[in-house]
Amino acid sequence: MAHGPAKGITRWLYTTNHKDIGSMYLWFSFLMFLLGGVFALVIRAELFEPGLQIVEPEFFNQMTTMHGLVMVFGAVMPAFVGLANWMVPMMIGAPDMALPRMNNWSFWILPFAFAMLASTLFMEGGAPNFGWTFYAPLSTTYAPPSVTFFIFAVHIMGASSIMGAINIIATILNMRAPGMTLMKMPLFVWTWLITAYLLIAVMPVLAGVVTMMLMDIHFGTSFFSAAGGGDPVLFQHVFWFFGHPEVYIMILPAFGVVSAIIPTFARKPLFGYASMVYATASIAFLSFIVWAHHMFTVGMPIAGELFFMYATMLIAVPTGVKVFNWVTTMFKGSMTFETPMLFSVAFVILFTIGGFSGLMLAIAPADFQYHDTYFVVAHFHYVLVPGAIFSITAGVYYWLPKWCGNMYDETMGKMHFWMAFIGLNLTFFPMHFAGLAGMPRRIPDYNMMFADWNMISSVGAFLFGAAQLLFLYNVIATIVSGKKATDRVWEGSHGLEWTVPSPAPYHTFSTPPEVK
Amino acid sequence: MATEGTYYVPEQSKLPIFASFGLFLTVFGAANWINGSDNGPMMFMAGGFVMAVVLWNWFSTVIDENMNGLNSPQLKRSYVWGMGWFIFSEVMFFAAFFGALYYIRNFSLPWLAGEGDHSSMTPEVLWPGFEAHWPLMTTPDMAANGEAAKVLGPAQNMSGSTVENVWSWLPLWNTIVLMTSSVTVHFAHTAIKKDNRKGFNLWLGITVLLGFIFLGLQAEEYIVAYNDMGLTLESGAYGTTFFMLTGFHGAHVTMGTIMLLVMWLRSMLKGHFKSDDQFGFEAASWYWHFVDVVWVGLFIFVYVFG
Repeated sequence: MAHGPAKGITRWLYTTNHKDIGSMYLWFSFLMFLLGGVFALVIRAELFEPGLQIVEPEFFNQMTTMHGLVMVFGAVMPAFVGLANWMVPMMIGAPDMALPRMNNWSFWILPFAFAMLASTLFMEGGAPNFGWTFYAPLSTTYAPPSVTFFIFAVHIMGASSIMGAINIIATILNMRAPGMTLMKMPLFVWTWLITAYLLIAVMPVLAGVVTMMLMDIHFGTSFFSAAGGGDPVLFQHVFWFFGHPEVYIMILPAFGVVSAIIPTFARKPLFGYASMVYATASIAFLSFIVWAHHMFTVGMPIAGELFFMYATMLIAVPTGVKVFNWVTTMFKGSMTFETPMLFSVAFVILFTIGGFSGLMLAIAPADFQYHDTYFVVAHFHYVLVPGAIFSITAGVYYWLPKWCGNMYDETMGKMHFWMAFIGLNLTFFPMHFAGLAGMPRRIPDYNMMFADWNMISSVGAFLFGAAQLLFLYNVIATIVSGKKATDRVWEGSHGLEWTVPSPAPYHTFSTPPEVK
Repeated sequence: MATEGTYYVPEQSKLPIFASFGLFLTVFGAANWINGSDNGPMMFMAGGFVMAVVLWNWFSTVIDENMNGLNSPQLKRSYVWGMGWFIFSEVMFFAAFFGALYYIRNFSLPWLAGEGDHSSMTPEVLWPGFEAHWPLMTTPDMAANGEAAKVLGPAQNMSGSTVENVWSWLPLWNTIVLMTSSVTVHFAHTAIKKDNRKGFNLWLGITVLLGFIFLGLQAEEYIVAYNDMGLTLESGAYGTTFFMLTGFHGAHVTMGTIMLLVMWLRSMLKGHFKSDDQFGFEAASWYWHFVDVVWVGLFIFVYVFG
């Protein structure tokens, strides 16, 4: 095990190395990010003007569905698993992930799963067209035949996620270097530990709900059919019992990344470390008892509306703790604004906007106005794009020098940031207004009164897309011909990952470091 | 012998990529099959075969590594964590189906019958004459459409309330069989911890046998349900929840029985497992206890109060 990587393609096919697997996850997720981005641009191109110009409404529905599925399951989740693979063992002083072969299996399931999902675009009847939340009966009685392939793709993605999560838990709980107590772990490790629990708890429920769909579609069961005593609303309950924790699966690791970056560039230790840990755990717990806030308008008893409204609002408390801690970490720090920090500061501000619109949506009586409008689209894109995507981007810029040993081009990084920042705000901010004025989501055509906002959104979307190509170019240029980076990389960086050389050797910490 | 602090990072392995391919072929074949493609069954079988070969090799590799003393106590703990959390994920899978049963019984049926709806005529218009009851024998479709109904309830059900002689009630015997097997697998565990090979083989053999008996009784129950009781997957919400819960449980019992059978063969044929080294068996026995606990839930909520 002293030797380096194997040669050729088999290095990647047969690898058991957490760094190789981390890289594969990251490249795969970027590929999916581009694919999901192309779907999004088809949507935005169609919505550039009112009326139907570019695609058929049926295809538009497939685009909204595939965009959501690919971004959630193909881009954001694997990207965070990639970061975890690279960083968790190095941060806790472990030689590798706890179960290295299963680690490789978790990854290689994904290309197959997404090849299967993407192939539905070319099937008779087209790809899934029922929205990424695949509500029954749209996804059962009225679904295209390709839904069967979608169901099985979700099954194996879920298996991949569960194995990945088990691996992360075993690594963190079992592989820490001597002296690395739980409350000394970097926050990224903590947030991933809690995320892994969320994954193990809810991915099986997702498997359950798609199995119920499969049975209703092909084997005559009545889970979601009122004629047989079932209820389509049951689908929504089971789905959102998975779906809401899923939202936090996509944001908790982001909190961890930002909590690593802000102290580095503020040159101060993270403010309120312990409260960050408890806040993360509280958010994770609350995520299990708020699911029906996605369903306020479906027809629930008043007691349900009230419970889910208040429980949802409670989440603002631990989230507020986090935002307060990040701001306080920056307060009176000697701050510099390298690219990772720019993305992180933008994260704090823009994610908070998404949090506030979430609070608006949590108010049940007000939600009756907002439900299924572009206001909702604006809300969750504000938490996912400047939330999850920005933190992943920040993490890549922050750790890339450690991964490949070369420094990225700062000017190009800043240009990427500003293009992405302006692009995303142009895209998503007007959606608040369109939504409040009543523009429904998932519709290929719209009233003339929404034309201006939509045109701005579409322009912003293409700017944001172009920014990602610059990102890709910058990353490749860094790997191929970047300037050598130092081991410490950043002046204010702390933690075990910065004590190893840049690039990090193929095997780090084959003897455990001592943590004081 | 590997010790604490040293760590065995396995060499490159061909297993995961073949496992991924096998899994893909299995589900791709299954989807094609269900959608009526002629190639489906072939692909599904081939996928299953690839998976079987890979898993066989994978477990052999792990066993060999352990036999050769490559596994440190730390790695062994990782396997323990792995199995433990895998079982937790299975618990959550069943939770989804128990949750569906709860929701249908306590919410969707009363609501379909008009409960809580004092102002509108919706239930009277959609499903006139439907009354909530469980087991659901008369579906909303039957209540509203009579002869023209497409979704029919079962003719008979498995509920404990209909049982006349409790000792001839098959689910009770199934419960006794499975509970007993949980005890016998524990005896096997105790035996191997004392290096009592004979006792281990005996008790584990009995456990496997009880597993097969359970599966036989379950099959018998399904045959009776389909042939004599008019109770099928398509019998409305009752048939749906009954067969999905007991069916997935049965699938897990099948898995558990195969796992224990493999452990039994390993001990019988190869003399595997020692008093201080039997996690393979232990993991299978945990799985078995888990399957048993699920059954207790089923017995209570699907049969006794079903």
